Amino acid sequence: MFSTNLLKNEEKAVFALRSIYQKYGYTPFKMSKFEEYDLYVRNKDFLVSDSVITFTGMNGKLLALKPDVTLSIVKNTKDIPDTVQKVYYNENVYRVSPSTHEFREIMQTGLECIGNIDDYNIFEVLMLAAKSLEAISDSFVLDLSHIGIVSAMIDAVGCDRETGKAIINCIGEKNQSGIEKICAEKLLPEDACRKLVALVGTYGKIGKVLPELEAICDTDELKSALSQLKNICNLLVASGIEDKINIDFSIATDMRYYNGVVFQGFVENVPTGVLSGGQYDNLMKKMGRKSGAIGFAVYLDTLERLNLTQKKYDVDTVLIYDENSRPEDIARVVNEITSTGNNVMAQRSVPDSIRYRQLLKLNGKGVEILENND
Amino acid sequence: MKTMINVALPKGRLGEKVYAMFENAGYECPSIKEVNRKLIFENEEAGVRYFWVKPSDVAIYVERGAADIGVAGKDILLEYTPDVYELLDLNLGKCRMAVAAKKDFRDNTENTLRVATKFTNIAKDYYSKKGRDIDIIKLNGSIEIAPILGLSDVIVDIVETGKTLLENDLEPKETIVPISARLIANKASFKFKMEQIENIKNGLKAQVKTDD
Repeated sequence: MFSTNLLKNEEKAVFALRSIYQKYGYTPFKMSKFEEYDLYVRNKDFLVSDSVITFTGMNGKLLALKPDVTLSIVKNTKDIPDTVQKVYYNENVYRVSPSTHEFREIMQTGLECIGNIDDYNIFEVLMLAAKSLEAISDSFVLDLSHIGIVSAMIDAVGCDRETGKAIINCIGEKNQSGIEKICAEKLLPEDACRKLVALVGTYGKIGKVLPELEAICDTDELKSALSQLKNICNLLVASGIEDKINIDFSIATDMRYYNGVVFQGFVENVPTGVLSGGQYDNLMKKMGRKSGAIGFAVYLDTLERLNLTQKKYDVDTVLIYDENSRPEDIARVVNEITSTGNNVMAQRSVPDSIRYRQLLKLNGKGVEILENND
Repeated sequence: MKTMINVALPKGRLGEKVYAMFENAGYECPSIKEVNRKLIFENEEAGVRYFWVKPSDVAIYVERGAADIGVAGKDILLEYTPDVYELLDLNLGKCRMAVAAKKDFRDNTENTLRVATKFTNIAKDYYSKKGRDIDIIKLNGSIEIAPILGLSDVIVDIVETGKTLLENDLEPKETIVPISARLIANKASFKFKMEQIENIKNGLKAQVKTDD
């Protein structure tokens, strides 16, 4: 058996997450590396980045290296009345990095729950999102938002699309003064603007935020969205994970695809979100489907630098031998060292830039210690 | 151990004013005023660690989590659109992003407009909203010289008093957006250090001077 210390953070996470998802009846969903490009052209706005690596398949069809997994899963599942399909995946996706403006391969794990989803399904996915974060780090936060509340508040302002987009940006930035300025410039209704500003300033633990929301959710649309959010929150509180949950509307994502609950996960010492998901009935509708869906993805590449410690040595022992050493003697010494649990590198001379704990030399008489760095 | 908040301050006059606000809010760090070559200053008791960086780099430090919070100009935030929270308008370092040109310039919409600027994204966004076809000339400094030498028709740049423009026979033609310094925060840091960041924000907010 190997030691789990050999595994990188992202590899450990893959194992841990797989076991969590299987425990709750999610089945693995393995898909082809390629997908017809057409799927992404039709749903371009759903993708994190517009650019896709394409090539022509053997039958002349334009194919793409997958930039996203959800679209493929939705495409490959069917509506079955009264059932919910629960799948998880672990796939590489190809996206343009915003910093290098070049394609990168990103390892992504996640799950999708597709069908007639109810409050239990939503709660289960949120709970699994929290468990996924917990498997990565003890110190985590799951932010929860409801698109229904954000979109109803923006609708109440009654602005044009461009202004609406600018307001959504400000909500994402927690930029209260930005919203105030837009509202003043565009002469938008004062009461609706005041509520928007209050919405941006309302975040934190469930117990604190829900009463604050009650005060600003006064239309039927808002009340109905808030009531769903409350139901979900009650389930989260009952399961004892409310300490790790924040309600925060700054994570509201694309309203064309998402509706209902959206969420984002953070772990301490990783500067970006490591998990992102939500209910995407609107995407399902756009893809001609009757059922609803909710799911999330864990961005494993973000874990690379988590708790990274500099290794003091590359190898425990470097064993130097010369042309007179017999291969069987070298093999015997190497075996002896590895059987103690240490690792060893047999070389004729010490390679440059290798840091070792101990330097041994095999000579006619046996093994001689040349250097000990302990 | 107390949770430390890493604060990226923009080097220069604006940064000094911003530090004074932090100091007034109870986050003083006397060693910052000593004349030496140190780059990082810490007051463990107050729970803050300051460092001076190039103003245009503040957003990078914050976005990537090397700093939990920082102070950056709205121009930088609009140009680089970092994924950060913009918690407060400090109403400091006020100026505007403007289109300027020679005094006698008249926009001839028959031709592509040549725009010289450091802020290519702001310029592109502004003109694309107007549906105007432009050619962007990216410059890194002395932007004002471009229209004088015929390199560009107009420039998009920060205008504070307009004095430099005037001295070069140029004048601001249109305001794109007002600029001021903003308190920004890393999104993930905000989740884990919410209370401390909120306290700093409130301490600064109490000192923000309004326009009237």
